[in-house]
Amino acid sequence: MKISGKCVRLGDHINTDLIISGKYKYRTQDIKELAKYVFEDLDPKLKERLYGGSIIVAQKNFGCGSSREQAPRVLKAAGVNAVIAESFARIFFRNAINVGLPVIISEEKFIKMVKDNEPLTIDLSSGKVYALETGLEANIKPYPHFMLKIVEAGGIAEYFKIHRMFPWETKL
Amino acid sequence: MSVSTLVEKIIAKSSGKNSVSPGEFVLADVDVVFAHDGTALLAIESMQEIGIEKIFDKNKVVFFIDHASPSPSPQISNIHSAMRKFARKHGIKIYDAGSGICHQVLPEEGYVKPGSVVVGADSHTVTHGAFNAFATGVGSTDAAIAMATGKLWFMVPESVKIVVEGEFRDMVMSKDLVLYVLGEVGADGLTYMSVEYHGSCIDRLSVDSRMTIANMAVEMGAKCCPMELNSATEEWLKERVGNFKPVKADKDAKYFDELNVNASKLEPLVAAPSNVDNVKSVREVEGTEVDQVFIGSCTNGRLEDIKVACRILDGKQVKTRCIVIPASRKVYYEALNKGFIDKLVKAGCIIGFPTCGPCIGAHMGLLGDGEVAISTSNRNFIGRMGSSSSKIYLASPATAAASALEGKIVDPRKYGESI
Repeated sequence: MKISGKCVRLGDHINTDLIISGKYKYRTQDIKELAKYVFEDLDPKLKERLYGGSIIVAQKNFGCGSSREQAPRVLKAAGVNAVIAESFARIFFRNAINVGLPVIISEEKFIKMVKDNEPLTIDLSSGKVYALETGLEANIKPYPHFMLKIVEAGGIAEYFKIHRMFPWETKL
Repeated sequence: MSVSTLVEKIIAKSSGKNSVSPGEFVLADVDVVFAHDGTALLAIESMQEIGIEKIFDKNKVVFFIDHASPSPSPQISNIHSAMRKFARKHGIKIYDAGSGICHQVLPEEGYVKPGSVVVGADSHTVTHGAFNAFATGVGSTDAAIAMATGKLWFMVPESVKIVVEGEFRDMVMSKDLVLYVLGEVGADGLTYMSVEYHGSCIDRLSVDSRMTIANMAVEMGAKCCPMELNSATEEWLKERVGNFKPVKADKDAKYFDELNVNASKLEPLVAAPSNVDNVKSVREVEGTEVDQVFIGSCTNGRLEDIKVACRILDGKQVKTRCIVIPASRKVYYEALNKGFIDKLVKAGCIIGFPTCGPCIGAHMGLLGDGEVAISTSNRNFIGRMGSSSSKIYLASPATAAASALEGKIVDPRKYGESI
């Protein structure tokens, strides 16, 4: 499975309140509507760069804070194809896998050197990420088998629709 | 024979294994699963999306209307209505507006037993570790899967041991301890890990104080914060859950890391804007003007917190708006019976009904542009309590109450010698 998109670089500790503020979370349940407010408190113009297929490249602890699943859903709806980071907060990581937003742990060196807006390609099968302008490449942390199955299906709901069971119901 | 940490023991038992090791993936039985008005509707929708709208055990699934409660808007009222409808349809218990914050009500109502697996669609579910449980926050889809199947996959976390010896002095509360640890390890210092607090200081703590410590474990990135029982917690549990079997970590259990803290050396602390690990002593930020003081939330809205605030504010007048929100109806009622509410009202405080309210910027005191708050809650992120240009200092109830008296951040030691 390959994922492509243009790089949008972010820093450390991007919390779920920054991704989608709690004040909007209660205003609407429509994820597409919520996506209009993505990263509003960080940089209101950022949403334009996400649109049309982007890959966020962040540093440490991406998605820390609240358990709101609206966060990965909103990123997906805003046009984010994947998030690469040095590390993720665990609830966000689980949520992203469940809703079919690939979250990928990669090497610090790559993350620090990749350029804003350059096209990236992630190859889940070979476990590599490629930056097409700078020519950088790096390893990505492999998923456990059941998680890869969920990501490939596009989320847990899609997986269940196809298989009529959860991936761990066969073999974990 | 293998030796195990607290989380390893609880996860092994719940997944039908003799022992488990960090990094291992398991499928665990869940003892209780809950969601609230910020996450339940999405969990209901996730069930529909997956196509598994059922409840594995109606006595083990609980809903709470607590995040914006009673509803401040027609849209939120619709979320509440959908939750009530789902709860009626499936016969599950719903704690409606006014009952209190999920993390306070769940243990009060006897849902949290030592050795149990508690899954909540809220990041502060770690709070229930104070009752010797493996309690962890998940998103709505995970909650939906747990609600429908009673099972959830987990990666067994590494465990970290924090040993706290000595006694709190001079208006220091458990909030100051947890802020100190947060400052030491950082906001991602314990990511994916189980944090265990041990030591003579922890053994002496009240249930309320222990819950504050476990509550903030998630701010360090931790997965859970299971604590061994102490006598105060055993007494508390006896009245609420009947029989239980405490879980203890093995003496030689393996910890990824260990941190030692001398509680006697701690002083009142704050987490300054806008990251939880931006921890400073109150002395360093003393004099910072504040527009609002908030005493409440799942971190510090309990009876002990209100009592401390009351002791500082009794017979005096606040200089800035000071919102006090008891974490549950029971806490409210006890505070009323003990005369705390009476004194706080006389001191000029605004007493709210139980809700998460301002902590998450939902209602009951949102901050305007450039406003500064000192709050006993758990997060000081940009825009969390309102405007993106507002600022939040996190502190103990003692520091928050003392600051209310002067309209600026004040060292609580000025207003008393001990808690």
